[in-house]
Amino acid sequence: MVLSAEDKTNVKAVWDKAGGNIGAFGGEALDRMFLGFPTTKTYFSHFDLTPGSKDIQAQGKKVADALTLAVNHLDDLPGALSKLSDLHAHNLRVDPVNFKFLSHSLLVTLSSHLGNDFSPSYHASLDKFLSSVSTVLTSKYR
Amino acid sequence: MVHLTDAEKGLVNGLWGKINVDEVGGETLGRLLVVYPWTQRFFDSFGNLSSAAAIMDNPKVKAHGKKVLNSFSDGLKHLDDLKGTFAQLSELHCDKLHVDPENFRLLGNVLVVVLGHHLGAEFTPQAQAAFQKVVAGVANALAHKYH
Repeated sequence: MVLSAEDKTNVKAVWDKAGGNIGAFGGEALDRMFLGFPTTKTYFSHFDLTPGSKDIQAQGKKVADALTLAVNHLDDLPGALSKLSDLHAHNLRVDPVNFKFLSHSLLVTLSSHLGNDFSPSYHASLDKFLSSVSTVLTSKYR
Repeated sequence: MVHLTDAEKGLVNGLWGKINVDEVGGETLGRLLVVYPWTQRFFDSFGNLSSAAAIMDNPKVKAHGKKVLNSFSDGLKHLDDLKGTFAQLSELHCDKLHVDPENFRLLGNVLVVVLGHHLGAEFTPQAQAAFQKVVAGVANALAHKYH
């Protein structure tokens, strides 16, 4: 799967619209994921998993910052995400299915906040982007 | 079988009452075809699916989306027996339509995204979680008779 020029433009446009809220959106996506897909909580037994907790907010900001890094390096996702890819492969070892749960939860978060700025084309580009990031993060697993 | 708490049933029915099922149906099917273009394989007879705009405006897409979501709506009235409710549709999707059940999961998740889009902040994480259970239940019920 390749991100077209239009996909890249769309993803950057969404990130611009989200602006300073991206960190909070990361936290909300995690809240949605833990509630909607409870098996994902197994990776966070060391967290306070109450929705909106400080642990979740901090983690949400981490996730958002990593995605922002990706958005700024759409022409070289493997390069930009190489360290995170190593981390997920060798330390965290999160089962690949969970990246779909988080990606979906991020999409729902963005759709609920962006209104008219979440057109079907933007939805498609975002889905492709998140899928590409997920592929890179699981690329060194074996 | 889907296990929703009373609170979750309240959330699901309350929010479902606020949406235009016909419109959301058309939008959900449209977005499925835009976001996951390989799903267009089932709709060769639908005419112009050449762009996102063409898909979203296509009258056959809207009509079919309306049909699908009204059927889903019926399911919401029988959350205690989704397998029974969708038994015949399950056979149809297997034997006549030859639809991979993965597509039911894709459609269910697109519906959840569309609900978030329409309902905004009202589509809380708790509401989403309740709907995730419902769409998973419907997808499983539709896959149940496959052989």
